Amino acid sequence: MAAYILKRLLALVPVLLGLTLIVFLIMAAIPGDPATAILGSYATPENVERLNQQLGLNRPLPEQYLLWLGNLLEGDFGRSYSLNRPVLDEVLERFSATLILAGSALILASIFGLLAGIVSAVRQFGWTDRIVTFFVLIGLSTPSFFLGLLLILVFAVNLGLLPASGMYAIYGGGDLPDLLRHLLLPAVTLAVVATGVIARLTRTAMLEVLRQDYIRTARAKGLSERRVVYLHAAKAALVAVVPVIGIQAGFVLGGAVYIETVFQWPGIGAMLVKAISTRDILLVQGGVLVVAASYVLFNLAADVAQSSLDPRLRR
Amino acid sequence: MSSSAASQGRVSALGLLLNNRLATAGLVVLVTILLLALIAPLLPLLDPNATSPANRLLPPLSDGHLLGTDALGRDLLSRLLHGARVSIAVGVSATLIAAFFGSLIGLLSGYARGWADSLMMRGIDMLMAFPYILLALAIVAVLGPGLINALYAIALINIPFFARNIRGVTLGLARREFIDAARLSGKSRAAILFTEILPNVLPIIVITMSTTIGWMILETAGLSFLGLGAQPPQADLGSMLGDGRSVLFNAPHVAIIPGVLIFLLVMSINLLGDGIRDVLDPRLKSGALARPMARTAVERESVPEKPATAKDAVLSLSGLRTAFGLGQRQIEAISGIDLHIGRQECLGLVGESGSGKSITAMSIMGLVPTPPGRIVGGSIYFQGEDLLEANDRRIRELRGGPVSHVFQDPLTTLHPLFTVGDQLVEAIRAHQPLRRPQAEKKAEELLELVRIPNPRRRLQAYPHELSGGMRQRVCIAMALANDAELIIADEPTTALDVTVQAQILMLMNKLRHEKETSILFITHDFGVISALSDRVAVMYAGQIVESGPTKEVLESPAHPYTRKLIDCVPVLGQGDRQLDAIEGGPPATGERPPGCAFAPRCAFARDACKRGEIALQPLDAEREVRCLFPLDVKREALVHA
Repeated sequence: MAAYILKRLLALVPVLLGLTLIVFLIMAAIPGDPATAILGSYATPENVERLNQQLGLNRPLPEQYLLWLGNLLEGDFGRSYSLNRPVLDEVLERFSATLILAGSALILASIFGLLAGIVSAVRQFGWTDRIVTFFVLIGLSTPSFFLGLLLILVFAVNLGLLPASGMYAIYGGGDLPDLLRHLLLPAVTLAVVATGVIARLTRTAMLEVLRQDYIRTARAKGLSERRVVYLHAAKAALVAVVPVIGIQAGFVLGGAVYIETVFQWPGIGAMLVKAISTRDILLVQGGVLVVAASYVLFNLAADVAQSSLDPRLRR
Repeated sequence: MSSSAASQGRVSALGLLLNNRLATAGLVVLVTILLLALIAPLLPLLDPNATSPANRLLPPLSDGHLLGTDALGRDLLSRLLHGARVSIAVGVSATLIAAFFGSLIGLLSGYARGWADSLMMRGIDMLMAFPYILLALAIVAVLGPGLINALYAIALINIPFFARNIRGVTLGLARREFIDAARLSGKSRAAILFTEILPNVLPIIVITMSTTIGWMILETAGLSFLGLGAQPPQADLGSMLGDGRSVLFNAPHVAIIPGVLIFLLVMSINLLGDGIRDVLDPRLKSGALARPMARTAVERESVPEKPATAKDAVLSLSGLRTAFGLGQRQIEAISGIDLHIGRQECLGLVGESGSGKSITAMSIMGLVPTPPGRIVGGSIYFQGEDLLEANDRRIRELRGGPVSHVFQDPLTTLHPLFTVGDQLVEAIRAHQPLRRPQAEKKAEELLELVRIPNPRRRLQAYPHELSGGMRQRVCIAMALANDAELIIADEPTTALDVTVQAQILMLMNKLRHEKETSILFITHDFGVISALSDRVAVMYAGQIVESGPTKEVLESPAHPYTRKLIDCVPVLGQGDRQLDAIEGGPPATGERPPGCAFAPRCAFARDACKRGEIALQPLDAEREVRCLFPLDVKREALVHA
């Protein structure tokens, strides 16, 4: 297993390099003078000249890329002109808030998606199945940003049960219960679509697995139906679902952009939206890179989890 | 001719789609929204951009403003329909762009193969390594906010999805014969790609479009909601929702109205997409894979009397009928099976595939999947106990305990994710009150019993780490785990190669004498039967056509079908003997002709064979045959006497 993980970690290197290349190419496609774009239109000519020197913007592209990559490896993501602080500091600070939000959403989605999918497969065509299928359909069709607004309207405005925005209360907050109160609405909103996808897939996977020969064997052994369904079938279905949970991590991280804006969650998504409107290119670059890299790691975790479930994959 | 057939196919596909109530609802909602958006400029609506500060934030159903007004006093209904036009137009354009470039990449990549393919696919993989919407944000960051830029961004991030799907299909097509034929006929590569492959890929492109267009509308709305798409005064549904957000607390309708429309739009597209997919690929239909229940359903019209054989026999089936529901139709897979197995006896059940022998075997312990299968008649007695009347708990006690199974393919019948040891221990502990260490000890002994070398280490192995023969030994060990009195072996040697077959047969034969178990041995191979079974029953088209002591049946078969089956077995040292394949095939399940089911393939069939029901008649004390004109068995029987 350790060898497998090491192998997968090594395989990450080209992927991460590819990510930087794509981000670099996108940024290189900025129309007009990149230094001006990075510094904003009020930049002084001296500053523009200095940045051109620093980033090597007047050199050929491959050279620029290597220079930029070298800076990244040293932890230098540049300086955000709108915030006037190093990009990496800002990104890492924001990223922890995003990780709390996206992580809880993914955990919620996995738990409820798996449960709903399994129950709906076991009670196929029954009422539970119909209700789950109905909610999955609704969940998959509701724009998360709209759902967020609705939840705020109901739970924050009308019922006054939960805070409408932010991560902590301004006065007297800051402890864990306070964080959880603030986390509940955005995390649920963010989890809805992923829950639907996971539930749908789990149901199909369970129905597929329940027809397999080894399930018949389990029954022929005289095992209880509960053991057949929740151990033998569910474990096999989980192998099919885990990579999807990994992929959903990407949708959750991306969806955080909307949810953080709706709930004013101080995460990297809200930061990106703001950075785009202020045209703070380096901040966008840094944010996108960090989130993309974390997505790659989520997927690696899903692969490792899958192979720890399925011995046939450990090679 | 072919075009009319195709159009008929299309009509029925549309019919199928309309049969799906949800898809129809989706279609109706979608068409309504599309129509309204399309004719919006012709409708007597107010100017969507005319502000009127006096009338700001009017609630729905106000005078002159059916849906009310927004923060600038603009009419919401008018803005909604114009916004929907923009959203739909952007979603459709983005889909078309993504479909065009994605499909092109996929086609080229799948057809070119080699380095060009891997280069393009690595690039696509890289794009897919980004969280979905993030890449769009990066692109908008570079191009600047705006509806057209958002459109490009959304289109671009969906290209990989198309490229992957289309490449997969193209790869499959490029290996097909008609492509080779086109190449040999001298067509250029480009001509092959666009005249031979593209038309075949087109349906896949359309399906992919129908599944992605919903996302695209959603994602462009999302970008506009964030203020990165449509810029004022231009509005799409997303930016309307964004506007509504700022007045959410005092006038929620401004946000809710466009939100509901996005929801309806996306949901109707999803419903329709699901419906289309179900029609085009019924196997994927969400409900088509019915979950098999724990036990075969029993729906007998009457409960037959206990047969005489039930008293002494270990197992006794009488008049057993198992059917499959197929839509409205019920198809009988086995019709009236009578069998009995005595103590320590091995009965071989022989027949071609599809003859119903496995269904017979699986019916005994209720392992025929329901749905679609159910037992519709007859009775099953195990040691005098009526199994069809037994409750589920009793059946579970019997399964794997007194009655155990060995199945055909040990690779698929062992659970791939549990070690051999875990599966054995589980089988033991399901029936014996042993602690885990004791059960492990017992599992080790069982592996030793079936001659698996190094049993302690093998317990840690997963099924895929063992050879086919080893796996089947494990299955046999599992069948012996709880001192079964009857082992039902369903083609246990069919998936194995010949030398291993012989070993497994010898092992089973030895163990059955040691353990004094009865065996129901199912096979299509008479060669295998002779090695093991005391008696044999031959099945054809869901009925038993002949039964008797193995030796006698082998030497002087009474039914022409049995004769043919025996002639199919190659005999060592008689290489020049002509192997006689049976011409034709058995009737499809449930389509048994009147009279003798074998008559259409039988050289001796006469008119009488094709009428009425032919009963199983005793030939002598131990033999029965379902044939009006049995082969000259009597003479031979006399000779033996």
